[in-house]
Amino acid sequence: MPEQFNTLTSRTFVIDQEDIDTDQIIPARFLTTTTRDGLGKLAFHDWRYDSNGKPLENVSLNSLDTGTHQVLVAGRNFGCGSSREHAPWALYDFGFRAVIASEIADIFRSNSAKNGLVPIVAPPEAHDWLMAHPDVEIEIDLADQRVDLGNGPSFHFEIEPFAKHCLMEGTDPLGYLTAQSDAITAYET
Amino acid sequence: MSPEGSRPAPRSLFEKLWDRHLVKAETPETPAMLYIDLHLVHEVTSPQAFSVLAERGLKVRRPDRTLATIDHSTPTLDFAPGETPPYATEAARHQVETLQANTKAQGITLHGWDSPHRGVVHVIGPELGATQPGMTIVCGDSHTATHGAFGALAFGIGTTEVGHVLATQCLLQRKPKSMRINVEGETAPGISAKDIILAIIAEIGVDGGTGCVIEYAGSAIKALDMDGRMTVCNMSIEAGARAGMIAADETTFAWLKGRERVPSGADWDKAVEAWSNYRSDPGAHFDKEVTIDASAIQPMVTWGTAPDTGIAVDAPVPDARSASHAKALNYMKFEAGMPVSGQKVDQVFIGSCTNSRITDLRAAAAIMSGRQVAPGVRALVVPGSVAVRAQAEAEGLDRIFIEAGAEWRQPGCSMCIAMNGDKGEPGQLIVSTSNRNFEGRQGPGARTVLASPATAAAAAIAGHVINPATLMEPAHA
Repeated sequence: MPEQFNTLTSRTFVIDQEDIDTDQIIPARFLTTTTRDGLGKLAFHDWRYDSNGKPLENVSLNSLDTGTHQVLVAGRNFGCGSSREHAPWALYDFGFRAVIASEIADIFRSNSAKNGLVPIVAPPEAHDWLMAHPDVEIEIDLADQRVDLGNGPSFHFEIEPFAKHCLMEGTDPLGYLTAQSDAITAYET
Repeated sequence: MSPEGSRPAPRSLFEKLWDRHLVKAETPETPAMLYIDLHLVHEVTSPQAFSVLAERGLKVRRPDRTLATIDHSTPTLDFAPGETPPYATEAARHQVETLQANTKAQGITLHGWDSPHRGVVHVIGPELGATQPGMTIVCGDSHTATHGAFGALAFGIGTTEVGHVLATQCLLQRKPKSMRINVEGETAPGISAKDIILAIIAEIGVDGGTGCVIEYAGSAIKALDMDGRMTVCNMSIEAGARAGMIAADETTFAWLKGRERVPSGADWDKAVEAWSNYRSDPGAHFDKEVTIDASAIQPMVTWGTAPDTGIAVDAPVPDARSASHAKALNYMKFEAGMPVSGQKVDQVFIGSCTNSRITDLRAAAAIMSGRQVAPGVRALVVPGSVAVRAQAEAEGLDRIFIEAGAEWRQPGCSMCIAMNGDKGEPGQLIVSTSNRNFEGRQGPGARTVLASPATAAAAAIAGHVINPATLMEPAHA
């Protein structure tokens, strides 16, 4: 189970690119795993390593300190493509706790919120500011659904209330669903 | 008119299916609980879900509503009965064996190596008649919208949700928005469903359907056969939509009749009567509506690294409109102003849940018949299922492919997702009938051009991308 999420003060790491698909986040050939553990080393694999698996120099993801940089900022339509939950598993294991983009693909957004990775859609002005100011300290307050950008335009964000609840509790909704067993039986009969 | 003078508000196909499957309606705090009629399972996105059930001591609630197959990690090479399949890696073998063990322990039907119904999950569901109008269908795979071609509400889910459906047969969902795409008019001869959907995605964009369920309608959609409708719905996710659907009609019923899992006799008539109600009422509300002129659609290819970069095969590649476009052009090594036709091809892939059905193979065979794959080009033909393969062999299509110099493979996802050993090499150009042209999708550094089966087959013969119309006349004997 992921950690509970309340507030996070962290520096941002910006990838100035639109339409970052799940094949970039974790290439399909690594999906033969049967666990969800240890996928952080495969996050953005083909951007970070050469064909012999050697880390590429001058790729900032390879020297990123996720102790200080836990917020990924990217362009429009982040996480498009496949339904692989391996994508948020890899980003969480890599050390990210939130993703901010101007638009986030539906399935990735749903998967992220179940795995401790807060998906945040920023309004255009704030998103532009974040892209133009890489590596700044920001504060995310999930309860208030607010991101404080310091000198930038702080903003409110929308998050589905149940997803927010699960992120704040560090739980997934399976317990809630199994507790509805009577309603399911009533529907089935 | 009802006695009160009000009539029920017209509803869309989507709204009818949504309402019908509500176990609990949504509240401000909680999403709707939606009942799932059919859960399709494969080896890649299920192991972690079965592990969660095991950790919590839960059983699969409805094994009878769950259907499993192996397709993504499986080799497409031949092997003798009794031999171990020639898996690309030990991890792939372990993954398949994990699904075998999980389905056995939970009493789920698995169409595994020995089944005559094994194949790509989105090919076998319809083929068995497990996919039916009016159903809710999910799978841990973003191309699940394929099943929407039958007037079902079908969408891809993550592995955590696979666990939810295994344990409770339910899914938590907020009601999505709705969008209708009308493709009106008649397509030119030789234009396929793949050209239609590539044109649609180019029109609305890679995120044009985000947050939406799409209903495809209009005379050009109605004119499609079921294989074509599946191709259209399959690629809904490439426009960001989780689900795409087409109302069931006589074409749908004729295709389904007699299949293993559909009702027969008097039950068939009752089923058809019920299924006939699952269509949008006149005046139904859609949050967005788009109309596309079918007559203007040309054979389509993609020039970039997102599926919305479709253009006519002979049209010039557009100037880069953004940094992403410039990056894509650089990756593809294409030049703005030049058409994609004429680009030298290294590999051709005919297959995937988008285009591996019998009509797709017939379209490719019609082009390849009596012709030879160009020297230096490797062409892979991968049928969608054991049944499609058998049908193609009964029609002699395998001979056409083999005599042309193409490889005739066993069914599977193969080079669409390139996780079974079938892949492109760095820098190679692949004309592919699959659904995604993302960087590295078909192997690190491989460049993908998405196209129809006819356009892919034509590229294999010509050795470069070409308008398939030039090869649609039969070859001289």
